[in-house]
Amino acid sequence: MRYIEPHGHMVSRTTDDYLDMVTAGCAAVCEPAFWAGFDRGTASGFRDYFAQLTEHEPKRAARYGLPHFCWLCINPKESEDVGLARDVIATIPEFLSRPTVLGIGEIGLNKNSKNELRVLEMHVDLAARHDQLILVHTPHLEDKLKGTRLILDVLRADSRIKPGRVLIDHVEEHTVRAVLDRGHWAGMTLYPISKCTPARAVDILDVNGTERLWMNSACDWGESVPLAVPRTALEMRRRGWSASAIDRVVYQNPVRFLSQCPNFRLPADA
Amino acid sequence: MTRAQVLDLYFMDARCKLIEIAAYLDRLDRATGEADFRAQAFRDALRHLASDGAGRAAEVLRSLSDPTDQPVDKAPGKGAVGAWPG
Ligand SMILES: [Zn+2]
Repeated sequence: MRYIEPHGHMVSRTTDDYLDMVTAGCAAVCEPAFWAGFDRGTASGFRDYFAQLTEHEPKRAARYGLPHFCWLCINPKESEDVGLARDVIATIPEFLSRPTVLGIGEIGLNKNSKNELRVLEMHVDLAARHDQLILVHTPHLEDKLKGTRLILDVLRADSRIKPGRVLIDHVEEHTVRAVLDRGHWAGMTLYPISKCTPARAVDILDVNGTERLWMNSACDWGESVPLAVPRTALEMRRRGWSASAIDRVVYQNPVRFLSQCPNFRLPADA
Repeated sequence: MTRAQVLDLYFMDARCKLIEIAAYLDRLDRATGEADFRAQAFRDALRHLASDGAGRAAEVLRSLSDPTDQPVDKAPGKGAVGAWPG
């Protein structure tokens, strides 16, 4: 089996995880910029993080033969400080020409505040000016429904944004339809407690079809499972999905969305 | 999938979770202290399990969600607790 991990925070994971992912058939991993679990205090702290994502982590993954790509932004959890966000966003363009950068992400909202919305609009503007793909994080738990609606409105308000170049992540049963109906791609995150379980993710595919949907582990420094995508592929197999239908969801769909960025290239035999 | 296939794959798992919920409610009843919006939100969401028709998961998620539509003035910290305090 082959699959893409479209959302993994690998700087927080061990090399054992890389080994397990490649053994399970991972053909590429994509790493969105994320919150470190504490607030970075300065724009130069982010510059170092962007260097880690674009220089160091691809080398670490390459030791296991795994192509590594990344998304850049200041995470919504750190967007309450608009001044810092403005400084960080100003540093991003110098990294956009690096060969493994896929676009702007994961941007979005966390607690649905006015400052978070302003920073989201600044990121959307950055993506539009530089013709970048967008990866959107939707809020957690009780904040997700409202946050998803606010995010969809921000995206619709910017006429430069093409819906098919935006993936909205962490959808669940109550948000997936609104995302797909606006023409965006939707990501399902497979977490042990919050977000989707493998069984519910396959339910969402059963109900909504496989068009413009992908699955990811969003593995990071918290409770998460780096092999969640191949385990969900196993769940699909138990439920009678054919190997080619599984391949469409776990490999071909991410390739289709990500290939809109010219930097996303896989070795020919992947 | 047929009903029998769904039952074969998921009945025992769902049964386990059902008993866990029952035991959790018993545990909560035995406990002391103030009432909490999370406990009430959980009881409200439980009502959707008994409804007929599709979309129970979406209804439970909606019932645990913030129903308002305006951004808040300032983020009250970073975390979420799983139910809307109102
Ligand atoms: Zn993430």
